[in-house]
Amino acid sequence: MTTATVAAEPDFYHEKTRFKGIFGWIFSTDHKRIGILYLIAIITFFLTGMTIGVLMRLEMLNPENTIVTAQTYNMFFTLHGIIMIFLVLIPVFPAVFGNFFLPLMIGAKDVFFPRLNLLSWWLFMAGGTLALVSLFLPGGAADTGWTFYVPYSIRSNTNIIPALMAAFILGFSSILTGLNFITTIHRMRAPGMTWFKMPLFTWSLYATGWVQVLATPVIGITLLLVTIERLFGVGIFDPTLGGDPVLYQHLFWMYSHPAVYIIILPAMGVVSDIIPVFARRTIFGYKFIAYSSLAIASVGSLVWAHHMFTVGMSNTGMFMFSLLTFLVAIPSAIKVFNWVATLYKGSIELEVPLLFMLAFIVQFSIGGLTGLMLGALSVNIHVTDTYFVVGHFHYVMFGGTGFALFGALHYWFPKMFGRMYKKRPAFFGWLFMTVGFNVLYFPMLILGYMGMPRRYYHYLPEYEYLQRIATVGSWIMVAGILLLLINLIVSLRRGDKAPANPWGGRTLEWTVSSPPPMENFHEIPVVTTGPYDYSEYEKLSSDQS
Amino acid sequence: MTTTAMEHSHRDDVGSRMGLWLFLFSELILFGGMFIIYAVYRFKHPEEFRLAASELDSFIGTLNTIILLTSSLTVAMSITAIQRDKKYFSMALVVTTLILALAFLVNKYFEWAHKISLGIYPQSPDLVNKPQGEILYFGLYYVMTGLHALHVIIGMVVLAVMVVFIANGKINQHTFVRLEAGGLYWHLVDIIWIFLFPLFYLIQ
Repeated sequence: MTTATVAAEPDFYHEKTRFKGIFGWIFSTDHKRIGILYLIAIITFFLTGMTIGVLMRLEMLNPENTIVTAQTYNMFFTLHGIIMIFLVLIPVFPAVFGNFFLPLMIGAKDVFFPRLNLLSWWLFMAGGTLALVSLFLPGGAADTGWTFYVPYSIRSNTNIIPALMAAFILGFSSILTGLNFITTIHRMRAPGMTWFKMPLFTWSLYATGWVQVLATPVIGITLLLVTIERLFGVGIFDPTLGGDPVLYQHLFWMYSHPAVYIIILPAMGVVSDIIPVFARRTIFGYKFIAYSSLAIASVGSLVWAHHMFTVGMSNTGMFMFSLLTFLVAIPSAIKVFNWVATLYKGSIELEVPLLFMLAFIVQFSIGGLTGLMLGALSVNIHVTDTYFVVGHFHYVMFGGTGFALFGALHYWFPKMFGRMYKKRPAFFGWLFMTVGFNVLYFPMLILGYMGMPRRYYHYLPEYEYLQRIATVGSWIMVAGILLLLINLIVSLRRGDKAPANPWGGRTLEWTVSSPPPMENFHEIPVVTTGPYDYSEYEKLSSDQS
Repeated sequence: MTTTAMEHSHRDDVGSRMGLWLFLFSELILFGGMFIIYAVYRFKHPEEFRLAASELDSFIGTLNTIILLTSSLTVAMSITAIQRDKKYFSMALVVTTLILALAFLVNKYFEWAHKISLGIYPQSPDLVNKPQGEILYFGLYYVMTGLHALHVIIGMVVLAVMVVFIANGKINQHTFVRLEAGGLYWHLVDIIWIFLFPLFYLIQ
């Protein structure tokens, strides 16, 4: 691969742009600047969602009232869900890391539709602002849960319409990003970069792009219909007008289950890219990982009704959805086994990004296995709508994607900002976050199995002990997260200057300087080797043994 | 290899078309969600859907179908015209498409106005007292044809911009991918109507 470009040349932060100051950013079509804009917005939303989450845990400290009223608690869990899912988890990997690194990884100068990319960001900000503004409008924040189930979402007097419209606009933004990435991957790979020489993060963005394009419109139309129903009283889902609320649930999950694959697939791609770098080994089973992304994306689109086993469905339907749910576990497990096999006999360097990946593997496995329990019909009926479900999806969404997010942030921080972070605080931040996470969510699995229902404001005294452990866990985790973020912010100015390739990565983004120049590559690189070519290390280790 | 790179950063009609097709897929699925709702409710209330459908005027529906199909023809012809470097003929054909689209909307307006004057609109006392299947039918009728009409309006805006592009030469004999894109979008609007028409007017 080519060496780093000359240091004297301005990076994309300092390159002259058409507009000055902030306008040079919010009107920039440069994929790297758009990625940074998304990062700032999403970290802000994440901190908002996290604060609400901490307040919810604080309320659960006592079986009776602690700090807020029941209505406020309803708003809390609704907002926590809307913010974390629609504003953080769904956009974070495609919009932040996909934007910044997809063109770099495939040797392109930008995405295929740069102006459309900027439009996606504007739509995202419009949707995000609308969601946050709806909190302060008279009427109060939505209190339906992030699922907006009818008929309550038609009857509730809170600001449902702004929240629905926000989700609709965010969906539109997500569709445009997915469309852009699919086209980019098809048309803009550097010469020599065949499909099977692409980094696996790129593969996962490709699979995710298809889910974004094909699943998001379903929730778009569904939320639009609820809005029309609220505004004009048209009978569509309202049972008093003959509508079928269960049909709403089907349509909602037709998107929202694939959405969890929008959330987890790129995270898996990041894991597949980071592990080989710190194990100094070629990824084990490259093609299996690439194909399993596509398998998860396609089979995962057919399992939606496993969220609805208790609402009434034919036995054949229940059987099929349960079976398909079990089938999705196969490609997911293939990935986990391949990651572990990659680590085996590698020359492991325990840097912070790898620590996050190891936590990901363990926590995602717990999340996946509890997911299988939920996919089994008999167990599902026992634990539906309990803390078991809450624990399960936090293990996948946060223990998986959330940890991959922090791992990716530390892995690519030198490339994005041109500085190294301080390693000791980052290590302790990881430690607190991991310990806190498990102290917070593992008790939820037990509580759910004991029968603690989700979204309840009061609970029976017998749950108090575990509820309190979980609340303490939330404090430890937040301490870790804050330590990690403060460390990164301090390192922006005080960190050592980062070299072009601090970790010894083999993918193309490490061949340009840190931070990259405005046009990425002066000459489009010609790719001859695969993305994880560590043959010299592997030769070394086999010589020693 | 630099020639490929040049093409990448400058012009790639295949890629532009691919992006548009992906967008059309997502539009199809947007309407697909509504077709699912229609199918489920028709299955639940077959008799009431049949009764309600008989209240629609299949003459106006047929007329509008002919208008939209003709407009698809004219927009397709405009692309052939620009390929043969007949700039003003191409513009005239796109303008014809716009006039036909307007005619479609005027018909739609009279159709809706007629229904509303008969007291059939959401929350109207007449409609609320009808059987639930008919309430659902007319709810879907207004929402689906309304959303389709919205797409007609968006398509008209897109095609109006195309007329400007042809006039100032941004679309010409060699660069016509944008007109193709506008035309494809217009065909999507057309094909959705091809499904709406039998579902609401013909199946009885």
